[in-house]
Amino acid sequence: MPLLQIEGLCTSFFTDEGEIPAVDHIDFHINNGEILGVVGESGCGKSVTSLSIMGLVPSPPGKIKSGSILFQGEELVDASEQQMRSIRGDEIAMIFQEPMTSLNPLFKIGNQLIEAIRTHRNWKHKKCKLRAIEMLKLVGLPRAESLMNAYPHELSGGMRQRVMIAMAMLCDPKLLIADEPTTALDVTIQKQILQLMKKLNKTMETSIMLITHDLGVVAEVCDRVVVMYAGKIVEQTDCVTLFQNPKHPYTKGLLASVPNIRSKTDRLYSIPGNVPKPGSIQQGCRFAPRCELAMDQCFTETPPIYETEEKPHEVRCFLYDKEGEPRHETTVT
Amino acid sequence: MLSYAIRRTFMLIPVLIGMSILVFSIIYLIPGNPAQVILGQRATAESIAEVEQQLGLDQPWYIQYFDYVGSLLQGDLGTSIKTKSAISSEIFPYLMATVELTVVAMIIAIVVGVNAGIISAWLHNSWFDYVAMIFALIGVSMPIFWLGLMEQYIFSVQLDWLPSTGRYDASTVIEPVTHLYVIDTFIQGDFAHFWDIVKHLILPSIALATIPMAIIARITRSSMLEVMNSNYIRTARAKGLSNFWVVYKHSLKNSVIPVLTIIGLQTGLLLGGAILTETIFGWPGIGRYLYDAINYRDYPVIQSGILLIATIFVFINLIVDLLYAAIDPRIKYH
Repeated sequence: MPLLQIEGLCTSFFTDEGEIPAVDHIDFHINNGEILGVVGESGCGKSVTSLSIMGLVPSPPGKIKSGSILFQGEELVDASEQQMRSIRGDEIAMIFQEPMTSLNPLFKIGNQLIEAIRTHRNWKHKKCKLRAIEMLKLVGLPRAESLMNAYPHELSGGMRQRVMIAMAMLCDPKLLIADEPTTALDVTIQKQILQLMKKLNKTMETSIMLITHDLGVVAEVCDRVVVMYAGKIVEQTDCVTLFQNPKHPYTKGLLASVPNIRSKTDRLYSIPGNVPKPGSIQQGCRFAPRCELAMDQCFTETPPIYETEEKPHEVRCFLYDKEGEPRHETTVT
Repeated sequence: MLSYAIRRTFMLIPVLIGMSILVFSIIYLIPGNPAQVILGQRATAESIAEVEQQLGLDQPWYIQYFDYVGSLLQGDLGTSIKTKSAISSEIFPYLMATVELTVVAMIIAIVVGVNAGIISAWLHNSWFDYVAMIFALIGVSMPIFWLGLMEQYIFSVQLDWLPSTGRYDASTVIEPVTHLYVIDTFIQGDFAHFWDIVKHLILPSIALATIPMAIIARITRSSMLEVMNSNYIRTARAKGLSNFWVVYKHSLKNSVIPVLTIIGLQTGLLLGGAILTETIFGWPGIGRYLYDAINYRDYPVIQSGILLIATIFVFINLIVDLLYAAIDPRIKYH
């Protein structure tokens, strides 16, 4: 049984302009000890997916409409707030994109770390403190003892993100959700943070769901990749296959728009057009208006997921109609 | 922290000097001869000369000023023209009456206002939020004299639950120690009188608390709403903290600074003597004292009253500033 199994998850935002489906019937899973990359442009539903798992979708206006999130066999969608609280920070931890603002500026680092342990463990203060110092050392922060008494504004962005990771790992979570953890950091720090996450994945056997728009990050650390577009998963396979043999025109476009240090092209490829506003495309494949290979069918029917080849490689595109059998029909929104 | 506090306290000196100059020059702003104004139309030349000498008006202005500041520094506020007694000892009971009323009113305003603001932000757009904010709007717009009169009409005249005016019953005899009668009667174990004092405090303190309460509730709500959308609040939730802790620990501390500013300003205003409330409720506070002095043209008392109120205001602001730094570690460095 996978650690996390998501089936048919739909999360919508109900605003004055009507329902906005941010996440629309997505299925994926994360195995024990695996690093899963979730890739896509801004606004494609990556963050909403992670907040849905955490039960932190801002409500109102957001709401999980349907679907199931099974974590270690336990259903999270209809779990009570109290159940979710005991899972958050303990079994599933999360780190965010903005290390500069993700720590409370008015409390010392130590206070914020110890608070995270005390929420889930009935430990004595001393033991919590030792654990917090141990984690700060593990994420490679120097002078961990004195850092406990520092305020967030005394730390750099990279250090704060390390503190965030330490905070997330305090209770040995089974799953770490990292929502663009390196986006706000400069490249050298990015590399260090990614290596740190990979190390924690190996040593503590924590599964990681790594949300990013950066394919370089995916190539560096991920085992498997989910590509999302406009609230739907368009392609899902292991990392090597994705880079060697991308199938979906969107994935191909994404890979083509990564600058190559060896190529001599003057102009970088870019996918024409913009990500559609969620909910604006009611019919057909959501990528069709930007797709160079779009057929008539693409504008009228929603493509099902096709499984191709011998490796598990799923793609939601009519181009692969002949190659494999459709796994299942999904409802048209 | 300590060096910040010392630095901030030294910055008060120019403010205090400026204040003393302003208050000192009030006597020169009186049209005509102050002694003549004080004594009235039919004063004789001798009596005018006598008052001039008594007030030091025959000296050059700078000598007068230094004499004035010199005696202020010794705690001497001068002599009242009306009662001929030392203002510093005379003003103290009035000041304490105002302090007592203000402290009780501000406690009510802060406890109710802050919590109403927090819950409104927590459950924003709920019926609680709407009802609380409508009451807050009514609270800020209500004329305080009307509210006071309505309180007296309902709770004293109609229901006869609470006394309508004064600090205590005419029959009550109190040995003043601090002149804060609630404390005085309590430490003396005189609970019958303690209860009497408390009953007299209820109506005026509620009337006085209404406006600050409404302002505090609105500021707390908007400040909390801003903070509750921030990333560190999301982090706190992701840690699995309960809503109560997220709101009362992580959100409240971050949104308290604008609320503190308002509390400081409002406390200063109330300590300045809420003349309307004190008059309606017959409260022998500093507002009433000054009002009487103005009617009698008792200039030394007016000067002392203004100086005292302004000084209190300045020191409350100092306390608020020091509290900022105690709450937010980033403030000291700016």
